[in-house]
Amino acid sequence: MPLNQVPLSWFLILSAALFAIGVAGFLFRRNIITVFMSIELMLNAVNLSFIAFSYQNKQVNGHLLAFFVMVVAAAEAAVGLAIILTVFKNRATLNIDEMDSMKD
Amino acid sequence: MQLWLIPILPLAGFAINGLFGRRFSKSLVNVFAIGSVLLSFAWVVKTLAGLGDISGTHLEHYFTWIQSGALNIGCDFAIDRLTAVMLLVVTGVGSLIHIYAIGYMAHEGGYYRFFAYLNLFMFFMLVLVLGASYLVLFVGWEGVGLCSYLLIGFYFDKQFATNAGNKAFIVNRIGDFGFSLAMFLIFVNFKSLDFATVFQAAPGMSEATLTTIGLLLLVGACGKSAQLPLYVWLPDAMAGPTPVSALIHAATMVTAGVYMTARSWVIYTHAPVAMNVIAIMGVVTAFFAATIGLAQNDIKKVFAYSTVSQLGYMFIGVGSGAFGAGIFHVVTHAFFKALLFLGAGSVIHALAGEQDMRNMGGLRSKIPITFWTMMCAAVAISGVPPFSGFFSKDAILAAAYEKTPWIYWLGVFTAGLTAFYIFRAMFLTFFGNYRGKAHPHESPPVMWIPLAILALLSLGGGFIPVPEFLREVFHAPPEGPANYTLMGISVAAGLIGIFLAWLMYCFKPSMAESFAERVGIFYKLVYNKYFVDEIYGVAIVRPIVEGSRVLLWKVVDVSGIDGLANGIATWCRGVGGVLRRIQSGNIRSYATWVLFGSVMLIVAMGLAEGLAR
Repeated sequence: MPLNQVPLSWFLILSAALFAIGVAGFLFRRNIITVFMSIELMLNAVNLSFIAFSYQNKQVNGHLLAFFVMVVAAAEAAVGLAIILTVFKNRATLNIDEMDSMKD
Repeated sequence: MQLWLIPILPLAGFAINGLFGRRFSKSLVNVFAIGSVLLSFAWVVKTLAGLGDISGTHLEHYFTWIQSGALNIGCDFAIDRLTAVMLLVVTGVGSLIHIYAIGYMAHEGGYYRFFAYLNLFMFFMLVLVLGASYLVLFVGWEGVGLCSYLLIGFYFDKQFATNAGNKAFIVNRIGDFGFSLAMFLIFVNFKSLDFATVFQAAPGMSEATLTTIGLLLLVGACGKSAQLPLYVWLPDAMAGPTPVSALIHAATMVTAGVYMTARSWVIYTHAPVAMNVIAIMGVVTAFFAATIGLAQNDIKKVFAYSTVSQLGYMFIGVGSGAFGAGIFHVVTHAFFKALLFLGAGSVIHALAGEQDMRNMGGLRSKIPITFWTMMCAAVAISGVPPFSGFFSKDAILAAAYEKTPWIYWLGVFTAGLTAFYIFRAMFLTFFGNYRGKAHPHESPPVMWIPLAILALLSLGGGFIPVPEFLREVFHAPPEGPANYTLMGISVAAGLIGIFLAWLMYCFKPSMAESFAERVGIFYKLVYNKYFVDEIYGVAIVRPIVEGSRVLLWKVVDVSGIDGLANGIATWCRGVGGVLRRIQSGNIRSYATWVLFGSVMLIVAMGLAEGLAR
């Protein structure tokens, strides 16, 4: 089945499923790396729906947004991983629940 | 004519001594303080000599002070015969008292400060006298009040002195309130505050307006000149150094009210009701204060009540239409009362601070110059002819007799009381045996020379024809023939007073005590000054203080205003306490909130979409 015959709803269902998995991972996992990966998953789920709509409506806007998201995601990965590295060096833990020193 | 030089010279003295006096030696302070006042006196004499017989008013305009709509106030000084008399008294007696103060204050701290304040007082007093409008007069009026406050509280490390200063200032506020209202009313009705304009237009005004203005001005005069019911500050004002009592609280400042009412004579002659109120207030004050003076033991307190009483006489004169006689009494009173106070200061100085007459006695031979000069003042104030007090008091009483005989009779009786309490003080101080412990010594020449000059003025001052000189100012009719019967009666009253004082305090000293016992209640009443201070305390001061403390402070301020502010703060803290739980620091709870928020947003958008459709 060529790509143009795949209905839009399938893409959206896949996108929603990926996003939901990402949300669940973000909420329930304690390892900060996993949480980070969940964020990436959510971003890419959104990207998927952008591209799907863009393809369906024959418009370039969705592509543009997808590229933006990818750039932001790349920057985020760079900064985020650096932060995680520093946190691990200082605390010797990756448990997200122990990182609450901004409370007070 | 450069009238501005007259007040500016003492102001310069104040500025120099006030700014640099701390580093000056005492003699340098003297040069500026006494020099400026003497120069001012010299300039007054020169100006008056240049003017000749001073007919009419000479006005000098310097600059426009306030210009706003119809309000146009110039900084104007004017000189006429009334001002001339006041200028001579203020600068002349002021100079003598300044010189005396060199000796009196020699051993006191704050020497330069004292003279700086005294010069500032001279400046404001001269502005008051020279001002050609009510507002310029008011500037001087408030300024002398300020200096009075500063000098009463001169010994600021003593609680009673600062309290007395506050009392004087606050009681004067009541009077100044009346004065301000009077000025507003004058401006509303006359569209000007200049004396010339106001007095030109006054005869055309309705009597009701003029009476209201007159009575409100009287409230001001009442505060400044220590009349009933606002006289209470003056006896307490004796907490200041004695030269201050002589200069401010006897000779000059307290007569400002008399000057102001005499200056406003056009208003008063067209408001007979206000005139009657002045006369009645004057005679009641004169009598009331004289009775209190009978039983005081502090030598300065006797003279303070005497001042209140004599000011009452001046108001009898003004209120009886004898403005010239009222001012005449201002002049002679300045001589003999300044002399009495300075003499009292000399006695206090001789006894190293003792003021209680019960610890004096027999000082006649120990400080003879003080004794003889004070005796001159005593005979003058008692109305013994031909000394100064006789002439001025007689002129006032004669005018009172023409208008309201009962005021005359009460005035004569008060004259008897005056003679009695003054000679009581003299006998207690200078006769009998010395009852104190200090070693009296005569004052230095710098103190007794002013006393001697004032003594000459007290004796001969009655021959200065002040009422005749002022006749033109007040448009007064020429004087009728002297009524020798009235004169004889008032002289007899004075002589009887002196005789009784001699009988009770010199001839047979035990008589005074037995007499005091015989009239027990009255004596107690008078000794305690009719409990006026206590009555004011209970009726006015306590309600205000307690009302402020309980109602305004504890209720309105603490629970009302503070309660509102604190309530808002507490409420904010409570809300914050709830909201801060969101800020847990737990990343996953933040994420949950974000998710929750997004879902809510989407649901809301969906609902809105559905409703719109």
